[in-house]
Amino acid sequence: MSIDMAQFHQVFFEESFEGLDAMESGLLNLDMGDVDKEEINTIFRAAHSIKGGSGTFGFTSVSDFTHVMETLLDEMRDGRRQITQTALDVLLGSVDCLREMLTAIQEGDEVNESKVAEHKQALDKELNGESTEVPQIENIAQSIDTIESSKAANEGSSQAGWHIVFSPHAHLLKTGNDPVRMFRELKELGELTAIVDLQGVPGLYDLDPEDCHLSWDLKIEGDISREEIDDIFDWVEDDCDMAIQTLTNGVTTSQHPTNDVAPNQINSAANSEQPAESNDVKPEKISSVQAVNQSAKPKAEKKEAKPKGSSSIRVDTAKIDTLINMVGELVITQSMLSLVGEDFSPHKLEQLKNGITQLGRNTRELQESVMNIRMLPISFVFSRFPRLVHDLSTKLNKKIELKLSGENTEVDKTVVELISDPLVHLVRNSLDHGIEMPEDRVAAGKPETGTVNLNAYHRGGNIVIEVVDDGKGLNKEVLRAKAIEKGLIEEDAILTDKQTYELIFHAGFSTAEKLTDVSGRGVGMDVVRKNIQSLGGNIEIESELGKGSTIAIHLPLTLAILDGQSVAVGDETYIVPLVSIIETLNIDESMVNRVAGKGETFRLRDEYLPIVRMHEIFSVETAKATRLTEGLLVVVEGQGMRCGLFVDDLLGQQQVVIKSLEANYRRVEGISGATILGDGSVALILDIPGLVRLSNL
Amino acid sequence: MSEANNLAEVEVEGEQKQVANAVQFLSFILGKEQYAVDILRVQEIRSWEPISRIPNVPSYEKGVVNLRGAIVPVIDLRDKFNLGHAEYTPMTVVVILQTEINGKNRIMGVVVDAVSNVIDIDKTTIQSPPEFGTKVSTEYINGLAAVDEQMVMLLDVDKLLKLDDVDDEDEN
Repeated sequence: MSIDMAQFHQVFFEESFEGLDAMESGLLNLDMGDVDKEEINTIFRAAHSIKGGSGTFGFTSVSDFTHVMETLLDEMRDGRRQITQTALDVLLGSVDCLREMLTAIQEGDEVNESKVAEHKQALDKELNGESTEVPQIENIAQSIDTIESSKAANEGSSQAGWHIVFSPHAHLLKTGNDPVRMFRELKELGELTAIVDLQGVPGLYDLDPEDCHLSWDLKIEGDISREEIDDIFDWVEDDCDMAIQTLTNGVTTSQHPTNDVAPNQINSAANSEQPAESNDVKPEKISSVQAVNQSAKPKAEKKEAKPKGSSSIRVDTAKIDTLINMVGELVITQSMLSLVGEDFSPHKLEQLKNGITQLGRNTRELQESVMNIRMLPISFVFSRFPRLVHDLSTKLNKKIELKLSGENTEVDKTVVELISDPLVHLVRNSLDHGIEMPEDRVAAGKPETGTVNLNAYHRGGNIVIEVVDDGKGLNKEVLRAKAIEKGLIEEDAILTDKQTYELIFHAGFSTAEKLTDVSGRGVGMDVVRKNIQSLGGNIEIESELGKGSTIAIHLPLTLAILDGQSVAVGDETYIVPLVSIIETLNIDESMVNRVAGKGETFRLRDEYLPIVRMHEIFSVETAKATRLTEGLLVVVEGQGMRCGLFVDDLLGQQQVVIKSLEANYRRVEGISGATILGDGSVALILDIPGLVRLSNL
Repeated sequence: MSEANNLAEVEVEGEQKQVANAVQFLSFILGKEQYAVDILRVQEIRSWEPISRIPNVPSYEKGVVNLRGAIVPVIDLRDKFNLGHAEYTPMTVVVILQTEINGKNRIMGVVVDAVSNVIDIDKTTIQSPPEFGTKVSTEYINGLAAVDEQMVMLLDVDKLLKLDDVDDEDEN
């Protein structure tokens, strides 16, 4: 029976990438002086899972590579090896390499073999070259062992193979382990004879098809090390009873040809715990063997590899459970309603109303929890930054500490996917331009180590993601001079602080004196802003010269649904996002001041706010209220700007599903999207910052 | 009937040619003129229904309607071709057309007075549009064809549905 393994590939890749992330963060967290056993264990487990998975799916290049990493990690875990910075760097490099290999396989590309070989060599060197004293003793012991066994081989009563009694527990299959797969692996090691024991199989009526009732008596011939056998059974150790014995006699015929291998094996065991399949000493040669393996493999797999079109999402089981509960309630409500409807009489009206209220509540809850499924913690994005900061600060010779907060803030999956590149850009900018060199920092009276904070939190209906650094801040004078030089502003232009900082969002605007490969080419900030705007968010900069800068990204909580307030302007209906409404008030002419005879402002407590007459900027001819006393003023805030929207009337609050105008149409200034109202007609959703801009024209 | 004649003529010339050269068009009326679009671009034909106006866009972009959950813009072809305004009546028809702009599929509605027929046109008989100078824009017209002694203007759907991008200045 063959199962199409390709269907599980996606899951394997996802798990592997998660594992790699775990390894990476684990490696970065490792403190050389005081080693946390649990941390190494985590890293080791992740490597082990990747190895196991890739072995199952036949990605030998990956499993071989991981095996070497695993060996190194294993020695660290057992305290047989000192953890050094070089070892960590080699491991980090290998994580990257492994990620590239997996990506290549996933996309059906060629694996970059020379790079893999290079990393593998580095790992081997780490394993062999700098082994500390402890392993050496063990190596000697091992070699003695092997010498003895090979001596035994010469005497004819050699270790010709293994006899394994393997009786899995009933639940083995449920743990996802398939004995057949393991036998297949065994078979690759040598001649395998399997005798199945059917005694445990119950009668047909008592048989649980999901249980494993069989046990096996396995004989495997060939010169195989105990580790290789253990490797295969590694995953099921706890789920079976197993006895492994050496085969000592009777089958020696197949042994002799391998005699010349034995001395080699001594060496390999002495030097390292090499991947067992390559019984060779020289690392160069090993890598070339590997390279051959790899060159053969990806080609074979290329055909079945699919482009990663469909995206999937991992959901917390608790969320699914909630969802199921809600559906349960919905079904109850539905049956109640249909009962009421079966023979309806006017005195049941109250019941009907109750039912409908309940249905409304159910729908809303259901909708909320469905939306919730799309929410992922922002840590998915944040987790890549410790590495980025680690690498960049080494490269830039700066001392930088990264602090994360609010990693558990949940954001929409689309946001997670799209925010990560802009965020990387902002963090790179902070590291490169923001934080000064250590000596400059000391000279400026600041701690030698710079700090970059990545914060995420909810505010109102928004998610705020902040990149805060305590670097040198933005220099307004330099920005201004640069903008004048580039012809972006007039020489005598008066700009607020905010407007000055906004200059950096112009394409081709860079204040860095020299280009580095980290940043400074002046591309990027405009792209960053575009990306964020495409998510319906906005970006703000605050900065103090010499103290540091804060870049805050505001994003809507969910991209698909918002709470809206419908307002009437003439016979048209517009939706104002509820989160941007501060208050609604009646106003009369006496409260209004005119600026330069034109722009209307009114005083709200101690602030003067501009009045935006909706019927004017949207040229609504049917507007009923043209005098301020006839309508209502809705005070709204967007992108830090406040204004009063003058409308005819308020209609009602409702949740609206946001539909894109751009899908079939185009972006319209002042409009962020459209929605469909209860009567099937289309209403436009107002974009407050856009409206303010529009009214200023 | 003339179609039938047309077809018959084509058939006399050989079946091969008909298969190779006949193209189906949906013809409709704007004022006194006959226009036609490639029928493969027509998604559906709907009757006129109230439209939500979009502020600050060219007057021929009438607004958007809800087409089974999708927001679809509607363009008035009379306005676009400067043919004078006609009252919208229950007989007014919206033809939903498909186009591909920048690799993205878009659907859009065009308001016409009435749809008339599905016509087969022999590709080889299509004439290129004459130059009217600057007075009438012929940029949306792909060619002219004679059907039933009457001239039909064949419209280029892609050019027709391309919006003049007024919002190029998306930076402040």
